[in-house]
Amino acid sequence: MPRKPPQRTRATKSPAARRKAAAPWRPPDLIDLARRLSEASGVSGDEAAVRRIVLESLQGRTDQVSVDALGNILVRCRPSGRRALRVMVAAHLDEVGLIIVAISSDGMLRFETVGGVDERYLLGKAVWVGRDHLPGVIGVKPIHLSGPAEVARAVPVDSLRIDIGAASKEAASQWVQPGDRVVFATRFEARGQLLLGKALDDRLGVASLISLVLDPPANIELLAAFTTQEEVGLRGAQVAAYALNPQAALVLDTTPANDLPLGDGSENAAYNTKLGAGPAVYLADRGTLSDRRLVSLVVEAARAEGLPFQFRQPGGGTTDAAAIHLTREGIPSVSLSVPARYLHSPRSLARREDWLNTLRLSRAALARLAPDKLR
Amino acid sequence: MDDAQLAAVLKDLLNEPGLSANEGPIRERLRQVWRPLLDEITVSRLGSLHGRKRGQGREPRPSILIAAHMDSVGLMVEQVVSGFLRVRPIGWLDPRILPGQPVTVHGRREVPGLLVPAPAALLDPQQGAEQAIRFEDLWVDLGLSASEAARLVRPGDLIAFAQLPFEMGDGLLAGKALDDRAGLAALTLCLMELRLRAHSWDVMVAATSGEEENLAGARTSSFEIHPDLAVAVDATLAAGPPGQPEHKVFPLGAGITLGWGPIIHPGLFRQFEQAARRAEVPFFTEVMPGRTQTDADALQVAVEGIPTMLVSIPLRYMHTPLEVVALRDIRRAGRLLAEFCASLDEGFLQRLTLE
Repeated sequence: MPRKPPQRTRATKSPAARRKAAAPWRPPDLIDLARRLSEASGVSGDEAAVRRIVLESLQGRTDQVSVDALGNILVRCRPSGRRALRVMVAAHLDEVGLIIVAISSDGMLRFETVGGVDERYLLGKAVWVGRDHLPGVIGVKPIHLSGPAEVARAVPVDSLRIDIGAASKEAASQWVQPGDRVVFATRFEARGQLLLGKALDDRLGVASLISLVLDPPANIELLAAFTTQEEVGLRGAQVAAYALNPQAALVLDTTPANDLPLGDGSENAAYNTKLGAGPAVYLADRGTLSDRRLVSLVVEAARAEGLPFQFRQPGGGTTDAAAIHLTREGIPSVSLSVPARYLHSPRSLARREDWLNTLRLSRAALARLAPDKLR
Repeated sequence: MDDAQLAAVLKDLLNEPGLSANEGPIRERLRQVWRPLLDEITVSRLGSLHGRKRGQGREPRPSILIAAHMDSVGLMVEQVVSGFLRVRPIGWLDPRILPGQPVTVHGRREVPGLLVPAPAALLDPQQGAEQAIRFEDLWVDLGLSASEAARLVRPGDLIAFAQLPFEMGDGLLAGKALDDRAGLAALTLCLMELRLRAHSWDVMVAATSGEEENLAGARTSSFEIHPDLAVAVDATLAAGPPGQPEHKVFPLGAGITLGWGPIIHPGLFRQFEQAARRAEVPFFTEVMPGRTQTDADALQVAVEGIPTMLVSIPLRYMHTPLEVVALRDIRRAGRLLAEFCASLDEGFLQRLTLE
C-alpha cells in the first residue's frame, strides 16, 4: 500500500542549519528540554506550543519531518542498512487540563476538564489561561463560610470558577475567550534525583523521543510519532500509526506509581510501579496485551546492558499502544513508561534515573530489534 | 508608593515563613523594613514585634496601638512514615484545598515537599467520590528515602506553604499569608506617610504573633504597650467565590471595611468614618454581631479595657495558599490609618464617648 505523502516536508538541512554547520552540533540538554516541554501549555487539541518546541529541537537534524491533519509530528529516520524493520516509537504531546466554557457576568470563568484530570487537586490552585499564560486562581469559598458538613463533601467541578481578577464579563472578554485551554501554573524543578512538574505525562516521553530521533539506531527505520490527543482517546496515535505503517511499535509514556504508604499502616500491595525501581515494562493494561516477543526483547536488552526495569502491575490505564496495535492488520507493540507519582495533577514527581534509564533501555531494545525477533 | 513598589514590598514579606507561635523569619524581615520608620523597636515575650513612632505632643503623650498579625496558617508534622509525613493543621484550614500544594518543611534544614492525597487506587472503595479529602488522607511527599526523611524531619516540625505570589488582573496580588501580611503592609504605608505628617500622639505598631491559634500576641502585647486606643488591621472576606452569602462579603478593590458591633467602640467608629471621608477612602460598614475573630477581640478587653476599632481589607480565598487582594485597598487602609493618627490631638480622649 502506498504511503500517504506527508503534508509538509522540511528540507534535510535548513539554510540556518547550514550556516551553523561550522560550530559543532551538540544535543540539547535533556533536563533543559524537559523543563521547556513541561512548562509549555498543550492541553489535548491545542498542542501547538509543545509542537513548536519539538520542531525547533529537530530542525535541520532529521531526514523527514511532517505535521499531519491532527497535529501529530511524524519523523522518518532513514536506516543505514537494508532490510531494516520499520519501527514506530510514539510519545504524546498533549496533557490533561481545563477548557473555558463561559464567562460569568462577574468576570469569573467557568470551565470543564479535558482528559482525566484528578479533580481532587483543583481547589485553590494557580493556573495559566490561554496560550499567553494569563495567571488565574481556581478559587474556593473560604472555610469561614463553609460548615463542617460542607467541608466533608467534595466540590463538584461545576461549582468551581477561575478568577483572573477581571471585575466584569466585558473586562474578562478582553483577555479570555471560551475555548481557551487552561493548565496548572507549575514551574518545572529538577532537584537532585527528583523531577517535579506538570505534564511530565508525557513530556518526559517526548524529550526521550527527541533524543532518539537526534541519534537514531542505525539498524531500524525509526518512525517517530509525537502524537496529539492521547488523553482524550488516543486519537492522534490512531492516524499516525496508519500513516507510518510500521512493523513494530514502542510507546514511551509515564505510569502512576501509587507506591505510597497505606493509611492503616498495612503493606501496600496495590502499587502499580515503584519510584526508583527503573523503567516500567507493560505486560497488560486496559487497552493492550503487549507483544510477548517485544517484552522479551526489552528484558533481554535490560539484562545485557545491566539496566534496571520493573514490570508494571497488569491493570487499568492505557497508552497509545492501545490504538497502535490494532491499526491496519495489527502491529506488535509494547509500552515502556517512566514511573511517576501524582500524574494528572498540578505537580507530578519522577526520578531522574528512572527517566534516563527508560531512554537507555528503549535505545538498547531498539538496537537489538531485527526482523528475526518478530518471527 | 505605586502598585509595583507595594507589590514588591508585599511579595518580599510573603516569602518569609511565620507560622503561629513561630514567627521568627517574618519578624526579622519586618524589623528591617520598619527600622528606618520607627524610634524604638522591641520584641515581646511571646514574639510580637513592637515599634514606637514618637509624637510631637507634650509628655506624657497618649498612644494609639495599631496591630496586624504576622502569623499565617500552615501545618505541623504529626508522624514520619517511610519517607512520607502525616500532618495536622495550624490555624483553620480546609483540607480540600491541600492536594498538590508545594510546601516547605522546617526540619533540621528546610526540606521541600508536596502535599498529596492518597491515590484514588489506594483509597477504600467505600469512600465515595462525593466524600472530600480529609487530613487523614493527606501525606507530604518529601521524595526522600525513609532514613533520610527520618534524619531531617521530626514530629512537631512546621510546614509552610511554598506557593510563590504573583500579580493578577487589574492591580491584584495572589499569594499565601496575605492574611495578614496585607495588614502589615498597610501599617508600613501608614508609618511611611506619618514621616511626612505631624502627629502629636505616639503611634505604636505591633506585628502580633499567634493570632490564627489564640490571639496570643494581641492579648499580651496590649498589656506591655498599654495604649489609649487600639486598632486591629486584618483581612475580611471579599466577594468572588461562588456560593458565598452576599451579605457577608465585600467587593474586592472597592474600599476597606470598618467593623461595627459589640467589640468596636462606637465613638471610635464614628471618628474613623470621618477620617475615611477626609482621606477620600471608600469604605463599607462590616456588621459583626459577636466576636470579630481578629486581634480586636483581645485588644478590647486588655488591661482596664481599650476603645478598639477594626479596619479590614477585603480578601478572596482566605486561608488558602492563594489569597487575593487588591493593592489599592491596602493603600486605602494605610492612608486611612495615617489620617486618623495625624488627627489625634490632646483633647481626643476627653471628646471620645460611647454615646
